[in-house]
Order: sequence, then structure tokens, then C-alpha cells
Amino acid sequence: MTAALLEISGLDVFYGDFQALFGVGLRVQRGQALALVGANGAGKTTLLRTIAGAISPARGTVRYDGDDITAAAPHRRIRRGIAIVPEGRRLFPSLTVEENILVGAAAAASGAWPLDRIYEVFPLIARRRRHRASQLSGGEQQAVAIARALAAAPSLLLLDEISLGLAPRVVSELYQTLAGLRESGATLVIVEQDLQRALGACDDVVCLLEGRVALAAAASVGRDAVVAAYFGNRGDKIP
Amino acid sequence: MTWVNAVIQGMLQGGIYALIACGLSLAFGVMRVVNLAHGDLAVCGAYLALVVSTGLGVPVWYTLPLVLPAAFAAGMALQVLLLRRALRGGDFATVLVTFGLSVMIENLLQVGATANDRVLNTGAIGIASVRLGSQITLPWLFVAAFLTACGVLGGLQLLLSLTSWGRKVRAIADDVDTARLVGVRVGPVFATVAGFAVATAALAGIFIGAIGNFNPLTGTSTLIFAFEAVVIGGLGSLWGTLAGGIALGVTQVVVGEINQAYAVLAVHLLFLLVLAVRPAGLFAGGQPARAAQVLG
Repeated sequence: MTAALLEISGLDVFYGDFQALFGVGLRVQRGQALALVGANGAGKTTLLRTIAGAISPARGTVRYDGDDITAAAPHRRIRRGIAIVPEGRRLFPSLTVEENILVGAAAAASGAWPLDRIYEVFPLIARRRRHRASQLSGGEQQAVAIARALAAAPSLLLLDEISLGLAPRVVSELYQTLAGLRESGATLVIVEQDLQRALGACDDVVCLLEGRVALAAAASVGRDAVVAAYFGNRGDKIP
Repeated sequence: MTWVNAVIQGMLQGGIYALIACGLSLAFGVMRVVNLAHGDLAVCGAYLALVVSTGLGVPVWYTLPLVLPAAFAAGMALQVLLLRRALRGGDFATVLVTFGLSVMIENLLQVGATANDRVLNTGAIGIASVRLGSQITLPWLFVAAFLTACGVLGGLQLLLSLTSWGRKVRAIADDVDTARLVGVRVGPVFATVAGFAVATAALAGIFIGAIGNFNPLTGTSTLIFAFEAVVIGGLGSLWGTLAGGIALGVTQVVVGEINQAYAVLAVHLLFLLVLAVRPAGLFAGGQPARAAQVLG
């Protein structure tokens, strides 16, 4: 087996006395796209934020490109090539579109994406570069959030619920952009509620259930197997 | 013409209030620190300038190249050694810690410098004034303080608008958790913000010591005026702070023309009126605009 770009093992994460993750482990190969699915509260966002360095695990390790980065601060992880598009976009509302992107670029060790390249990928936001982030539509804000992460020239891009609250057409455009990024060699971990879309866009799928890995398989395993893991094999239907 | 004179003098007086308050506003807007020792740090600046000025036998203005960098370094050290730890304990912890620091500074200054009033050597500018027409006389010191306040606020705005540091400051003011998540190193940014806050306080302290007497307890009354300027202008708003300072200064001088005994009372009543009518301050918007307000 080739060395994974991202390798997580035995991850226990707590919020105070509440344990959110129980011994979670997963591997992501370079150039691969992994769909991270699960019901609300399953621990997807917690796992993504732990990989990004926002949360320190009580136990377990996060290895990136062969190195243990479990204790590394977020800015050090970004320099190594890990960037996150957080849930809810979390743009800086008083900064302009361009300033938001430049804040993301400032953390890159070297080779940050130039603005021209970013605007080439997202021509939509190029026209609004001088507008404040708070003045944008939801789709535009999501594009800026992805652009802010790309500005740091990541090798591994973590995307948390990028389709939430957006029109289907806008979501399709965003996923087309992600497909383009994959073709250029980016590695993606995508948290997504839309199972069909997640399985269609990714190579592998990991399903979390109440903080534990309920399923780790190739995306070709099919929707039914994922649905079964999603609900703990109770046979429920996804609404 | 007496009233015009009073209004202009009040505006100039407001410049000093704004200068002392802008560091308070910056620290709150970015770090969420309500620094109760801010006035005492300003007085420390005045004492340091006094010591250097007396030692070298020069007017206090020549001490600025030494005092301001020292104050900036002291602000950074204060953040790294004390406030950073206090911030982990929540907003109230910083209030308690800075209150303790205030008490400590006042007592140490009384031990080290006695409680006597002091005055700074201002050289020729201390007694110079400019006359506009027959009835308007402006002391140069007040004009210099006002211009310095405008320069400091304008300079801070340029730094915040045009530099990478400024973008990070505004990003942190918007959302410190996300700023950290996208790679901003919050610690160094906080340290430099604290440096600017204490350096501007020291500069204001020197003007306060140049215009009137000061003693180890001057910081407390200074802090009250600074707070009032910040609250009237809108928490976290630099240009609002200037407007708040001017509102205080004009009220103080104009009411003082009528009856000096009511001048300070009128200032506090204005503060209470603004708090009652517009608690967020005259120039405050909604929460999303908070970082924009830091910019003015």
C-alpha cells in the first residue's frame, strides 16, 4: 500500500465532558477525493476541524505526508498544505472579497495562488472583488470561501458542507470547479449531506455514526450501503 | 466670539481625549480587552518622559523617539506576559487583571515618584499661542495635540486599510476563530495591537503632562474620559472615538464658560444621555460592521 497523504488513527475528541469522536481513523491517498458523510452531530465537522488544527484531540494521531502533525497549530498546517473551507463559509464580512482571499494567501509558505489564477477559476467573484463579503449572495460567498482556501495553494483541501443553503445550479457549478481542482492533482475531503452528489464526486466514502466510523469503503459501494451505515443499519430512509 | 473660541478650544481639548481613547478602542475592537489600566499606562508614559527629559535636560518632545518605542515594547510585553493568559479566562478575567494592574501601577508610582504633582518641560511651545482675529486664541500645545490625534488616527487607518497586518487585524476583529483557522497567527497580531494601544496612551499621557499637572492618580480620571469618548463614539470605532472626544471637549469647555463648576458634570451627563438614547454609540452599526468600525 502506498503512503497516504493524510492518515488519521485512534482519534478521540472531547468538548468538555462530551466525547465527539471515538477512535476515528481514516486514510486519504494523494489525488484522491474522500466523501465524509453522516447525520447531524455524527462528528464530521469535528473531524475536519481536528485535521485543520482548530481542535486538539485527547488521543490519536494525525499524520500528513508522513509527518505527525497532531500538535501543529493551524498556520503550520496551512504551510504544510492543508486548507479548510469551514461550514457556513465564515467569511470576514467587513473585508472585501479580495482582502478575504489575501488573508488566506498570507499563511501560505510560498507559491500562494496569485489572484489572477483564482479569478480565472472563479470569474464570478472577479467582478465583485471590491465588494464587501457581507454584500455577496450565498453562492458568491461560498466561492470566496473556497478561493480563500485555494489562495494558500493547498495540497489537501477540506470542504465542510459547501452546498448548504445554495440553489442546485450553484452547487453544480461549485462541484464542477472541484472536479477541475481534482484534475489538477488536488486531494479533497468533502463533508456533504447530499449523498448522491458526494458519492458521485468522490473515490471513497467514510460514514460517521455518533462519533465512530460506521463505514469506510469505495464510493462505488453504492447508496444503499451508505444509507444503512448512516442510520446504524436500522433501515431508515433518508428524508 | 467668546462662544466660537470656546467651541474651538473644546474641539482641541477633544483631540487629547481621542488620543488617549484610541488605544482603548483598538484594544477592545480587536482583542475584546477592556483595559482598566489604560489611563495608568498613559501616566507611566508621562513619568518616563519626565525622567528622560529631566535627565537629559531637554524639552519633553525630544524624548519621544525613546519613550514611544519603549511604550510599544511594554504593550507587547503586557500582552504576551499578562493579557494573553487573562484572555483564556474570558472577558471578565481581563477586566479583573487590568484593574489589578491599575492599582499596582498607581501604588508603585506613589512609592517611586511620590504623590506630588509634576509638570513636563515643554520648552517654548508650552507658552506659545496663535491668535485668529481679535478674540480667538489657540494655545499651540492644544493645536499640536489635536493634530497629533488626527495624525495618529489617520495613520492607524492607513495601516489597517493598506497593509497585510491591517487585513489580519480586521479579520481577527470580525472572527478570531476563523482567522486562526485560515492561518492567521493571532498572538503576534494581538501583541502589536497592544503595542500600538500603549504607545498611543503614552503619547496622550505626555500631552496631558505637558498641558497640565499630573500625579500617580491622574490615570483614573483620564481613563474615565477615555471610556466616555469610546462609548459616545461607538465601541471599536476609531473615528467615532475622535468624534466622541470632540463632543466631550466641546461640552466641557462650553459649559465651563457658563459655570466652571458644572463643566465636568456636563461631560458625564452627556455620556449618560448617549448611553440612554443610543447605547451602541453615535457611530456604531450592526455587529457585522464591527471591524469596519475599527477602521472608522
